[in-house]
Amino acid sequence: MNGQGAALIATRALAVRIGGISVCSDLNISVRAGERLAILGRNGAGKSTLLSVLAGLRDGDEGDVLLGGDRYAALAAREAARRRGWLAQRHSDAFASTVLETALTGRHPHLGRWDWETTADADIAHAALKACGLSELAARDVQTLSGGERQRLAIATLLTQAPPLYLLDEPLAHLDLNHQIAALDLFAAAAKDDGAGIVMVLHEPGLADRYCDRVLLLYGDGRHELGDCREMLTEERLAELYGHPLKEVESDGRRWFIPA
Amino acid sequence: MPSRRRAFLVLALLACGGLASFAAALAVGSLSLPLPEVMATLLGEQTPNAAIILELRLPRALAGFACGGLLALAGALMQVLLRNPLADPYVLGISGGAGVGAMFAIMVGLGMAGINGFAFLGALGAMLLVFGLAHGDGAWTQTRLLLTGVIVAAGCGAVVALMLSIAPEHKLRGMLFWLMGDLSQTGSPLIALGILAAGLLVAMPFARELNLMARGSDTAQALGVDVRQLRYTVYAVASLLTAIAVTSAGSIGFIGLVVPHLVRLAIGNDQRLLLPASVLAGGALLTLADTLARTVVAPQQLPVGVLTALIGVPVFLFLLARHPR
Repeated sequence: MNGQGAALIATRALAVRIGGISVCSDLNISVRAGERLAILGRNGAGKSTLLSVLAGLRDGDEGDVLLGGDRYAALAAREAARRRGWLAQRHSDAFASTVLETALTGRHPHLGRWDWETTADADIAHAALKACGLSELAARDVQTLSGGERQRLAIATLLTQAPPLYLLDEPLAHLDLNHQIAALDLFAAAAKDDGAGIVMVLHEPGLADRYCDRVLLLYGDGRHELGDCREMLTEERLAELYGHPLKEVESDGRRWFIPA
Repeated sequence: MPSRRRAFLVLALLACGGLASFAAALAVGSLSLPLPEVMATLLGEQTPNAAIILELRLPRALAGFACGGLLALAGALMQVLLRNPLADPYVLGISGGAGVGAMFAIMVGLGMAGINGFAFLGALGAMLLVFGLAHGDGAWTQTRLLLTGVIVAAGCGAVVALMLSIAPEHKLRGMLFWLMGDLSQTGSPLIALGILAAGLLVAMPFARELNLMARGSDTAQALGVDVRQLRYTVYAVASLLTAIAVTSAGSIGFIGLVVPHLVRLAIGNDQRLLLPASVLAGGALLTLADTLARTVVAPQQLPVGVLTALIGVPVFLFLLARHPR
């Protein structure tokens, strides 16, 4: 492993472009243990693209992404998978498989080439399924799950992987309100108790304010702003970000932004 | 919960099935031989029909087993690679390329070695063509590969039809038999068996990674699979396996598509079990089919490819209809 000083993930002068559109340029972020960063922006601003660059699934155009101090090119895929987990935005299952088997795929980076999953691995997977409220469905075929159940299974798989850094692409997709809060609470606990770092793409500024320390705003034209939630999440900035006026309301000490 | 114990159990059962298919292949034919005599011959005793068993039936059974195993393994690998249960060596045009090579060799009057050589070159050529074209700008999606394979296969089919229509009358029967798959002309089965073992040895260490590939390339990469390297490896191995199978037995359809599918329906999609199980099941099935092919209208012989399709289609449809979804 790396020295204690290295951030879980850091970018140096990162520029990302997709289809002729600049997502960001000269981006310098670093996420350390226990820190939570939200990425906000309009549809098509490149939030998911940036997250997959951070996850090493595609290359940035300029600059570097350092995962625990190392470039992805210098890391074996398995080692990278022990340093970061990535939640996909969409899940497609071409073949039948049980819910438990799917959750167990999270153990892959922790197993040797010829190892089979042990009961200890199964215990980890069962605990993750329980945390996501899927214990009852362990023997079900993934192809029969609803969208929300499938999303919770993806989260359970990620918890089974138990990486020190979570990169979450729309973790709330398909989830009911109760499950949205439950999922965010799970990751908040991982950050607080296990010192996990979290980067997540969100659509709701109020939830970003409640569950993250910092926020990265992607304006869709290559400009970005990075800072503390309190400072960044203002009516003016969000109105420009989403191209629609928003009104800030406060309830029980929490800030919410509703479309005007 | 996948476990080694269950895997060994399933594989042991399938191995018994394989042995049974060998017993049938050695004992049954235009001359039926009792099993004790077959056993005695295999153990080295001099029996009146030793030549039939050791020189005719055993090599042919071994060749059938090897080809069935090769095709089933290639099909299983390609289905994972393309995340599509419809993928198989035939759909991807590899055997079409082999067919073009073999037809050309037969038409110009080359011997067995020439036919095999050209079939191999054709398979390799089609594979490189599909791979090269689908690769394109570097983004090599499953759909694109499947589509390219289907088109190349269709093109090969047209070329084969063209050669059949201009070929001299007396060569037509040999060409047709080759196209329909035929084990009666195979040489030594040792090469095919060796390649089969090698293919399985290369694929097995990647079995758990293939499980992840089946769930999508980004997901696999995020969970620690070197997707690029694995894709190249699997495509190369699957193509080589197909080329060897097609070279030694002609064009035998359905094994590569149906066997992995049947095995998957029966025991699930864990490649650590699916790959070796497909080899055993494919080998046993083709050995049995070939035994049938040379007995149902004995002393005449049917092309085994016709029988695999006749058996495969109804079994496949039945299982598909029985399973919900």
